[in-house]
Amino acid sequence: MSAQKIHVDSYERNWMIISFVLLVVFALAVSVAAFGLGIQVPAPEQRVDPRTVATDPNSPWSNPGLREVSAGVYDAYILARAVPNWEYLPKEITIPVGSKVTFYVTSPDVQHGFKIQDTNANFMVLPGQVSKLTITFSKAGTYNFICTEFCGSGHGVMYGAVIVK
Amino acid sequence: MNQYQVPTAEKKLIGSHILVAILALALGSFFGPLQAFEHAGWDFYVYLKPLFKSYYQGLTVHGVLNALVWTTFFIMGFLTFNVVFGLKRPLKNMLLAKVGFWMMVVGVVAAAIPILANEATVLFTFYPPLKANWAFYVGLTLVVVGSWVEGWGMFMTYTAWRKENKDERTPFIAFASLVTALLWQICTLGVAVEILTMLLPWSLGLIDGVDPLLARTYFWFTGHPLVYFWLLPAYISWYAMLPKQAGGGKMFSDSLARLSFWMFLVLSTPIGFHHQYVDPGIPPIWKFLHSMLTFGVFFPSMMTAFTVVASLEYGARKNGGKGALAWIGKLNWNDPSVASQLLAGILFFFGGIGGLTNASYNVNLVLHNTAFIPGHFHLTVATAVTLSFIGISYWLVPYLTGRKLWQPKWATIQAWVWFVGMIIFSNSMHVLGLLGAPRRVPLNLAPYVPEEWNSRLFQVGLGGAILFISGTIYLVVMYMTVTNKQRVEKEVEVPIAESMQDPAATPAWLDRWAPWVYGSIALIVVMYGPMLFELIKNISLTSPGFRVW
Ligand code: HEM
Ligand SMILES: [Cu+2]
Repeated sequence: MSAQKIHVDSYERNWMIISFVLLVVFALAVSVAAFGLGIQVPAPEQRVDPRTVATDPNSPWSNPGLREVSAGVYDAYILARAVPNWEYLPKEITIPVGSKVTFYVTSPDVQHGFKIQDTNANFMVLPGQVSKLTITFSKAGTYNFICTEFCGSGHGVMYGAVIVK
Repeated sequence: MNQYQVPTAEKKLIGSHILVAILALALGSFFGPLQAFEHAGWDFYVYLKPLFKSYYQGLTVHGVLNALVWTTFFIMGFLTFNVVFGLKRPLKNMLLAKVGFWMMVVGVVAAAIPILANEATVLFTFYPPLKANWAFYVGLTLVVVGSWVEGWGMFMTYTAWRKENKDERTPFIAFASLVTALLWQICTLGVAVEILTMLLPWSLGLIDGVDPLLARTYFWFTGHPLVYFWLLPAYISWYAMLPKQAGGGKMFSDSLARLSFWMFLVLSTPIGFHHQYVDPGIPPIWKFLHSMLTFGVFFPSMMTAFTVVASLEYGARKNGGKGALAWIGKLNWNDPSVASQLLAGILFFFGGIGGLTNASYNVNLVLHNTAFIPGHFHLTVATAVTLSFIGISYWLVPYLTGRKLWQPKWATIQAWVWFVGMIIFSNSMHVLGLLGAPRRVPLNLAPYVPEEWNSRLFQVGLGGAILFISGTIYLVVMYMTVTNKQRVEKEVEVPIAESMQDPAATPAWLDRWAPWVYGSIALIVVMYGPMLFELIKNISLTSPGFRVW
């Protein structure tokens, strides 16, 4: 009556072993991609005050845009905003093929997203936080970046572009 | 047949839950096809203008009524039924249950008023600094607290039963329902804290700003286990009812079924960062750890898949089913309740694969907030869960009302139409997501949509149209059933698949609550504690509110 062990059917045991192995394989694959291949997700960068980040002259986002750090290496300060008109500032950046760009994106109002089409860049933009991601553009073309988080009625028209020449 | 007679008062209470649930589904789902049509370029919102101002107001109604109201009311009703019927005893405290139910109803009304007035177009995730009218937050709080109160009522009923039955194993459907109710109590602490410490005081003007990252963290503390709160009631039906309905099957393994429910309790909360993989401000190591545990919570789902399929197969073979897969044809597909739930289960298989993909840490980079995500959860919550609940209602409503199911043939057709519509809808949404289409955008109007998306956008509309037909059939069948003049001859038999093993052989440690509850809390503290502590220590209530809809 008071068995302490679970009775497990042999098929079921095999199934459980297979499931377990499968999940371990997935977990390993993800770990390898994360640490081995260096595919990374956003990390804490810095906190800012959303009330002043777009206006304070000491804030890089009071003058958003592209800064060349060294030959072919850029920092892009981008402001994602819903007020007044659902847009990214600047709306377009133009860079030569092969450029390595580090994006620093923040919002002075509500939450937004930032996804550069046909690349691995896709992250949240939160007021009060800076999202940072580095990416190398090795092929010429126009890469739209679009807003992927609901930010009000103009959410669907909020986009910009990286033009790689 | 002499089954336990659920007292009339309990039946009424359960029936009221199901009624509110179906009304919510009716209005909520009405917007689903409209959204799908909008993707395809067929705009119906112009006709709704006097009532609904925008796509997003409609999307808020759709998300809140479907994902929060339909599910929560159906679930609380179904769990209450399982506890009462499983333990063969009335609720210990009917008043408590009624208070809980009415709190939830008042909460829905309180939240609905600002939504309908376009004062709370914040979608069902209500991420600040989008700022809704305070009544919206009060309403949500009442729904959550009401569901807690109902949960306490279930625990009291269990305790009373336990006193009368010291050494017995808790009957499975009651056991699994109590675990589900407990999971809900633990995980809703996240949104409760979010609303009570930030959103409500902020919407009332008591504080000037909020911390959006902390708000998201609280939200997803609840948000992921929320999906298990939706799913587990469907699992209860698949484990312990469906095998019986589908062909007199029995539950393959009582102990492992219980073990998997405990694993859900322990594992489903401390993995919420997998919704925040691409948030700034959270160190990758925490995201990584949560992603590893996320794979862990797949394990009990795999166990569920085995037990459910084995139980179905056992019944089918007993009825002469043969072959590796041909036995599936021997299942009782003519019963609409069976057809709905089997089709729900089939689509859930694909939903599960999509879920594994989302959960994969860095794969998520590509998919986050794309149309892939609604594609995924319309297979899970909008089909595996919703179509299963619909299937349950096909026997539960006749059981509760004593009225015959109207035209079972149409009910079966409804399930198949949903299945077909959802395959088309969900497949095209998945593909659009992989092509880079964002979610929460009426895509036909977006300026950046390339030519190659168009054929898929059309399919979204097509799927939506088919789903609209299915939803309409469901509502007609339900309406005709509750007003049916034809009554059932004797009380509808509640389908219960007995366990193949003697439940008494189930080890006692699977029927003991304390270790599992402490275990869950400990794991949550380990996985969430340090990061939450950090975020709260550095809290900056600097984000003022915006109404930009
Ligand atoms: C009648 C069939 C349905 C259709 C055609 C449909 C269609 C859609 C569409 C097109 C979207 C919007 C995608 C976007 O703009 O991102 C959506 C969102 C959603 N649907 Fe459905 N849906 C249906 C039923 C359901 C059901 C039954 C549920 C849940 C039980 C559900 C839950 C949701 C949720 C939670 C969202 C997300 C809302 C948001 O992003 O805020 N849907 N649906
Ligand atoms: Cu935006």
